[in-house]
This record gives sequence, C-alpha cells and structure tokens, in this order.
Amino acid sequence: MSNIRVLVAKPGLDGHDRGAKVVARALRDAGFEVIYTGIRLTPEQIAEAALQDDVKVVALSLLSGAHNTLFPKVVELLKEKGLNDVLVIGGGVIPDADIPGLKAAGIAEVFTPGTPTSAIVDFINANVK
Amino acid sequence: MNIVEGVLNHNRLALAKAITAVENEYDNAVEIMTALYPHTGNAYVIGITGPPGAGKSTLTDKLAKEFRKRGKTVGIIAVDPTSPFSGGAILGDRIRMLDLSSDEGIFVRSMATRGSLGGLSQKAGDAVKLMDAFGFDIIIIETVGVGQSEVDIVKTADTTMVVVIPGMGDDIQAIKAGILEIGDLFTINKADREGTDKLNIEIEMMLELNPEHVSWRPPINRTIASKGEGIEAVVDSIEDHQKYLTESGEIVKIRKARIKNEVTAMLNDKVNRYIDKNVVSTDEFDALVEKLQARDIEPYSVVNDIVGKVLK
Ligand code: B12
Ligand SMILES: Nc1nc2c(ncn2[C@@H]2O[C@H](COP(=O)(O)OP(=O)(O)OP(=O)(O)O)[C@@H](O)[C@H]2O)c(=O)[nH]1
Ligand SMILES: [Mg+2]
Repeated sequence: MSNIRVLVAKPGLDGHDRGAKVVARALRDAGFEVIYTGIRLTPEQIAEAALQDDVKVVALSLLSGAHNTLFPKVVELLKEKGLNDVLVIGGGVIPDADIPGLKAAGIAEVFTPGTPTSAIVDFINANVK
Repeated sequence: MNIVEGVLNHNRLALAKAITAVENEYDNAVEIMTALYPHTGNAYVIGITGPPGAGKSTLTDKLAKEFRKRGKTVGIIAVDPTSPFSGGAILGDRIRMLDLSSDEGIFVRSMATRGSLGGLSQKAGDAVKLMDAFGFDIIIIETVGVGQSEVDIVKTADTTMVVVIPGMGDDIQAIKAGILEIGDLFTINKADREGTDKLNIEIEMMLELNPEHVSWRPPINRTIASKGEGIEAVVDSIEDHQKYLTESGEIVKIRKARIKNEVTAMLNDKVNRYIDKNVVSTDEFDALVEKLQARDIEPYSVVNDIVGKVLK
C-alpha cells in the first residue's frame, strides 16, 4: 500500500521537457506515484513541493547546462526544510566531467542521454530509503 | 519529531508526514487521527469536480488566491487516478498551482486514487481532518468526476462545485451521469469558448427539473480560469452558500450525515478486513467452498452461521 512517490521537476529556464516526460511515464509504468511539475521551477518551488507531497525521491531534469548551480541548490533547500532522507537524482545533457562534482553535492546519480529508463527504475528501487 | 504536536504547531513537514501515515496505513496512523480528531471540525470544506481537463486545478489555484485575499488560509487535496495497469500514477494537478508554494497560508497535497474501493474517500477524509487540525480555514478537494468513489469524496463537502465546459459534444449528457445532482454551484469554465450560452441554458433547464432545489438554487457562474476571469463571483457564490447553510441550519445536518457516512464506512472497512482475515483466508472456509461446489450444503445457512459467530 505504500507506493513510492517521486517528484519529477525541471529547475530553471530550460524548456526541454521530453526527457522529463519520458522519465515520468516510465516511473508511472513501474508503479511509482509521480508528481509531475513541468518546466521553469525555482529550486525553492521544487523543495517546497517535495515537502508538501512528502516524496521519497526528487528527480531533476536539465538539458540547458545550468545543472552545476541548480541541482546543488535544490539539495541545499531540501536539507534546510528538514528533508534529509530524500533521494535526489538528476538527468539530461550533463558532461561526464561534471558528474563527480554533482555527486559530491548530494546528487545520488546522474543519467545522461541514451539511458534506458529501466536503469532509472532499478536505481530508485535499490537506493530509496 | 512528534507528528501530532507538529501538526498542532503548524509544522508543514509534520502535516506532510501525517498525511503519508494515513495514506499508507502506517502503524501510527490511528494514533495520529485519534489525537487530532478533537481539533477538527473548524474548516470549511469545498469539493470541486468535473470532467477531465475542465480546468479544475487552474480554478482551484485561482480560488485559493482569492480566498487568501479575503484573509483565509487554504489547504488543497488534489486527487488524480491511479493507472489500473501498473498501480502507478502521474499526479499533474500541482503544475497549475506552482506559485501557491511560496505562500505559507497554502498547502497542496497530491493524492492518487490507488484502486482501493471506498478506501479513497476514507483516506481523503482523513487528509481533510489533518489539514483541519493544522488550522486551515478552507479546504478544497479536487477530483475528476468520473468514478463513484471520486464523486463520493466531493459529495461529503460543505459546498460542492461542479465544473463544466462548453463544446463537449452532447454537453449535458456528460454531466447528467451522476454529478449534476450533487452541485451546490456550477461553474462554466473556458467561457471563452463557443457554446457557453447554450450550456448555461441547458444547466438551468436541468435545475428546473430537480425538485430538491427549493430553498437553495445553485448559481451558475462563468469563468476563464486560465486568465483569472470570473473568480471573485465564484468565491462570492461559495460564501453565499456557506451563509445559506449556516442560517438555515443545513450545515448541522450535512455534517451529521458526513460523520454518519464516515463512521459507517470505517465500520464496514473494519468488518470486511476482519472477515477477510479470520474467515475467508482460512482452510476451514476453503473446505466450505468445496462442499458448496459439490452441492453438499447451500450458502444461505453457511452465511447465517458465519455472521452469527462473527458478530457474537
Ligand atoms: C529536442 C531538442 C529540442 C527541442 C525541445 C522539445 C521539448 N519540448 O523537449 C527544441 C527544438 C524546442 C529545442 C530547443 C532548444 N534547444 Co534543444 N535540443 C533537443 C535535442 C535534439 C534532443 C533532446 C531530447 O528531447 N531528447 C530526447 C529525450 C528523451 O532525452 P533526454 O532529454 O536526454 O532524456 C534522457 C536522459 O537524458 C535521461 N534524463 C533526462 N532527464 C532526466 C531526469 C532524471 C531525473 C533522470 C533520472 C533521467 C533523465 O533519461 C532520458 C531517457 O534516456 C538536444 C540534443 C540531444 N541530443 O540531447 C538539444 C539540446 C538539448 N538543445 C540545445 C539548445 C542549445 C537548445 C536551444 C537553446 C536552441 C536555441 N538556440 O534556440 C533551445 C532552447 C529551448 C528552451 N526553451 O529551453 C542544446 C543544449 C546545450 C547545452 N546543454 O549546453 C542541445 C544539447 C543541442 C546541442 N548539442 O547543442 N531543443
Ligand atoms: N481556453 C481555456 N483554457 C483553460 C481555461 N482554464 C483552464 N484551461 C486550460 O485547460 C487545460 C487543463 O486545465 P487543468 O486545470 O489542468 O484541468 P483539470 O480539470 O484540473 O484537469 P485534470 O485534473 O487532468 O482532470 C490547461 O491547459 C489549462 O491552461 C479557460 O478558462 N479557458
Ligand atoms: Mg487537475
């Protein structure tokens, strides 16, 4: 009875939403409850939505290149709100070189173009608290 | 964190956790509800329903902002259907309410229907009580007016608003099927579209035919929710309805009926679970079924026997 709830969100001004939608649908089809919030969210909106909807996972999508500032900001705000157990993952067009930095900032995993959605589902199932 | 104290002290995280506990039937759910029940009964509950895509979430967003202007705090429960294939869901109502998240006087919770028959109304009802105990003045529940359990939820609200839109083909047929009767007010959204006047006349005709509306005649408002047009009039109508319910004493009757329904549902649920666990899932019961299949016995006395034993 306790379905895993996932927030799929796009921070910043990036309008590429195909990937986020593909991920949202794949997660729904894997039995997750996905709160889909669409494009152009501020990190604050994302963190507050995560709190109110009490999600276990925050899934961020960015193809614009602004991930190095926006992803860590979301993690910071989640912590500020007391959401310490939330699994944060990210995806989109993200250079390999940036991934270690993002992981150090609290992004559990990063999924780049071409990732089969089953890999995302497996990762969540294995790492969700 | 103590969830009960947190909710009473307006801690948003505690409220979020409390709703999850109820939704997932965690061990502490009953304890939380028991402790908070005495603090409920103060909020005014509004149900919003209508066909998919009618603009219910967009309207809810705008109504919440208008209530805030009028000094009220607002809790929102937005229900979306669970996929019968995967058990998962995409809850998309929040997209229309994003800028509400910067207002501490508003709290939005998305909820999936999760298949359980009737269970949804109970859980949504508990979520309403939690928001009520937290201290929200107004609680809005949005559901798609398709399934019976969705309709059941909004039916228990103090004011039920049915949202319709022009241009759905045979307009009135779509709303006739069960949701027209429950509307205390009607909102024709997407009034920027053709067919609004026709739909307005059709609803009026339907209402003429309904003998129940003697002392309260459901008003019909027009809105363009995406542009924020016509919202004040809708909130005025909601407040008029609230005033009517209070002055006529109807509110006392509605709320009594709501409590009766709730407790009846809780009883049914408890009995069902008990029977499931202690009767249906036993080997003894399996053996009975086999005897029934062989026509050695008949079901009527079997049921009487079991009920006699269970209710003793
Ligand atoms: C389609 C596309 C568009 C479409 C977008 C349509 C839409 N609504 O999404 C349009 C034409 C509108 C567009 C516009 C622009 N685009 Co464009 N676009 C692309 C393109 C070709 C494909 C993106 C796509 O849809 N892929 C398909 C989806 C399914 O894949 P995906 O998003 O990568 O998602 C997968 C994974 O990344 C991962 N994933 C993604 N998100 C998430 C999230 C989580 C949580 C997880 C777990 C996984 C995950 O899982 C998915 C499945 O495998 C890419 C190039 C590329 N090859 O990626 C450029 C690209 C993203 N665009 C780019 C640019 C520059 C632009 C524009 C600025 C162009 C311009 N100058 O006008 C505009 C800006 C638009 C805006 N408002 O933001 C650049 C970005 C450069 C950068 N990052 O530095 C790219 C990389 C092209 C390039 N090589 O230069 N674009
Ligand atoms: N033209 C027009 N479009 C509107 C109006 N109100 C809402 N919309 C649009 O209608 C679409 C659906 O709006 P929602 O608010 O999500 O509708 P909903 O009834 O909540 O949808 P579900 O929850 O999926 O059943 C969105 O694209 C809105 O922008 C309106 O008054 N006029
Ligand atoms: Mg909606």
